[in-house]
Amino acid sequence: MPRPGFVLDVDKSTPPTLFWHGEGYRLEKLPADRSRIVYAPEPHDAITDIDGAIRHALLNPIDADPLPEQLFAGMKLTIAFDDVSLPLPKMRRPDLRQRIIEQVLTMAADAGVDDVELIAALALHRRMHDFELRHALGDRIYDAFEPRGLLTQHDAEDPDNLAYLGSTPEGEEIEINKRAAESDLLVYVNINLVAMDGGWKSTATGLASYRSLRHHHNPQTMEASHSFMDQHRSELHKSNWRMGKVMREHGPNIFQIETTLNTDTFPDPFEFLSKREWEWNAKDRGLFLASSKSLDRVPDRMARKILHGIEAPHQLTSIQAGEVEAVHKVTTENVYEQQLVEVQGQTDIITMGIPYICPYNVHSIMNPILVMCTGLGYFFNLYRGMPLVRKGGVVIMTHPTPNQFHPVHHPSYIDFFEEVLADTTDPHEMSKKWERQYAEDDWYRHLYKTSYAYHGVHPFYMWYWGSHGMQHAGRVIIVGGDPTTVRKLGFVPASSLNDALEIASDVVGRHPTITHVKTPPLLIADVK
Amino acid sequence: MADRRSPAQRKALQQAQRAAGAAEELVSRATAPIRRRGFPYRAPTVPFGVTVPEEASGLGAHYDTSWARDPLPTVLRGAIVEGPMRLAARVLTDPEIVGVDRLADLQRLEEPPPLIFTPNHHSHLDTGLMIRSIPIQWRHKLVVAAAADYFFDARWKATLSALALNAIPIDRGSTGRRSADLTREMLEDGYSLVIYPEGGRSPDGWGQDWKGGAAYLSGRTGVPVVPVFIDGTGAIFGKGMKRPKRGRTQVVFGTPITPDEGESTRRFGARIHDAVATLGDEALTDFWTAKQRAATGTTPTLTGPEYTGWRRDWALADRRRRGRAGRRRVSGARRWPEL
Repeated sequence: MPRPGFVLDVDKSTPPTLFWHGEGYRLEKLPADRSRIVYAPEPHDAITDIDGAIRHALLNPIDADPLPEQLFAGMKLTIAFDDVSLPLPKMRRPDLRQRIIEQVLTMAADAGVDDVELIAALALHRRMHDFELRHALGDRIYDAFEPRGLLTQHDAEDPDNLAYLGSTPEGEEIEINKRAAESDLLVYVNINLVAMDGGWKSTATGLASYRSLRHHHNPQTMEASHSFMDQHRSELHKSNWRMGKVMREHGPNIFQIETTLNTDTFPDPFEFLSKREWEWNAKDRGLFLASSKSLDRVPDRMARKILHGIEAPHQLTSIQAGEVEAVHKVTTENVYEQQLVEVQGQTDIITMGIPYICPYNVHSIMNPILVMCTGLGYFFNLYRGMPLVRKGGVVIMTHPTPNQFHPVHHPSYIDFFEEVLADTTDPHEMSKKWERQYAEDDWYRHLYKTSYAYHGVHPFYMWYWGSHGMQHAGRVIIVGGDPTTVRKLGFVPASSLNDALEIASDVVGRHPTITHVKTPPLLIADVK
Repeated sequence: MADRRSPAQRKALQQAQRAAGAAEELVSRATAPIRRRGFPYRAPTVPFGVTVPEEASGLGAHYDTSWARDPLPTVLRGAIVEGPMRLAARVLTDPEIVGVDRLADLQRLEEPPPLIFTPNHHSHLDTGLMIRSIPIQWRHKLVVAAAADYFFDARWKATLSALALNAIPIDRGSTGRRSADLTREMLEDGYSLVIYPEGGRSPDGWGQDWKGGAAYLSGRTGVPVVPVFIDGTGAIFGKGMKRPKRGRTQVVFGTPITPDEGESTRRFGARIHDAVATLGDEALTDFWTAKQRAATGTTPTLTGPEYTGWRRDWALADRRRRGRAGRRRVSGARRWPEL
């Protein structure tokens, strides 16, 4: 029986706590008697017969006809799937997308469907490399569809392949992939790693254009989302749901397939990263020492290669298919069941170790903008109810924050860092002054469409993603970060956790309460 | 027909013949005293009109292979499988193994259940290739169903087959109860099984009719059947070839299947056959095409076209051209000339 999440009150006997620190990790001693650590629930048992569960979900959908009944000869079928940003770390082969799509295709073949296309739902993310597509879809699907041009990646900048479906009463325009929009049936295959994923966000965001996305990817919406993990208090989700209503009326028939994973995040020999420190045995301690010393000593490039090579053993805990909203309701409940940890009250300081990976730097570099986004956008938002840190409290992150960018994946981030952040760190101001210029830049568009670059506007979205956190926190400190880079982000650098606590005392006094969120594995703090 | 041997070869042959004659004479002289003394130093003569009952030979389907599963032979076999056999398979057949991900769920289990692997059969290399290709979870607790009349007809062959392949004798001529019982017991003991439903190697490069042994065993024991398609070994060392020619092969594993409730052995056997045929199609085309053809019942058969003669060979050549079969490895990569 997996143990539920756990909040540890730190005392003098508590061993040092593992903090992620980019492509490495460190042990930090938190002050006794006023600190607490939130540990994620242990991984729930995975479904043993995964293929059977997939088949059952397709044949017994929620509020929809079984998939085989919706398939017929002569129809136009499109299968869209989540891109490389999910799951994290990438899962061991066979990936769930492969397993699900193979079954969908088998049913389509049985029904005599000839016109089938597969689309990676990228939104404004970078195109997936061939090896990433092979990993997600498996060699069988890739070899069958890619050479024929039937496996494509959504292009949000191709006006010929976008279809305008209408707008919401609030004026939000809905423009999505034309092939998907004109299909008799759109099957969307999703992996729900956190409660934020899935639902109408899959199609209304994943297959949308900049014209459509800008209505909810903006500072106002992000600041009004409390949090992204709580759909009912997230303006981002409300916007997507409004768009979904229009899509339901004017768009394709959608068959949504959503899956949830357990939190079995790290394979051997990195299993100790998921364990509670006082349960580390001699092997775990040895592996910690060996791996942390090695990762510190090898070049950054090699450390990234080692860590991005990790294939997580996480597995399916539930799969549901059918009508988008009905399916997503069940999915969200299942995510909560795995990830929720009850936490009593807020804290003065929240600490978080920023790991080597976030959804936007898979096989890539965690650049300073993404450090900010992971800390203030993702980890800060891992709550339901109210933020873990009180209004005006301090956020302390640990990450080396080097001034490094992946020139192929993140070209516009480089200019954003040098040009926009030199001018302002205020999301609203940069939105008005700079966003359009980056979004409509021809060179960024070209790189997004033909290379493997994130869209020109993407660094803005990452910055907006953290706007709620920035607005809420009184100060943000990065421990171990490159001072020049950290200052450019508008944050305060500190060389050690003790220094950071000292700096924080200006804001929260000499004896603040501290809460450390030990993630990954992922958790959602249910703050009462 | 003219003797095409060179004078030196002819001379060597004559010398060898002379040496053999001398050796034979030597043996004859040495054993002459014993022959002179007669019975009981020689075998008894049989009276006229009397038929001597045949003694159980202990060979063929009666060969007892249990010794091969004792600890020492098991360790020895492990070394053979992971050493010379793996190397030989790599060098001779350069296999591409695909579809193992279809066994991922079973691999993940703490104690993976036994499986029955049912590949098509074109060559003696198939067994070595299968053992090398089967995931480690099953590889070292695996028995191979081998023809009793071929692999167990002589003591040395039987010993070698049992030791190196963990082969168990299967009577091809008749439905031997002993063979069936032995195989079932092995499955119940947790051993996985490689069985060739065609019963023997293909005589012409196309498949043969399938026997129902695998389906029967699965029905009786509940052990899932894993359809497997092997492409290429026929062109490397097919039936009738004197020596192997290096080439490329592909081993495609399918999804494990079990008989449906109330499904007859014959129907289940046909389903296994269809699954292997679909894998064969997948190996030559792609997953989607193979699925579409399977759904419309137009999957190319394993047994090849109906017609006979050169057109059948022609079709086989075409098939091999499209697959990995028979594609010889080019020694040394082709390069642009240095300019």
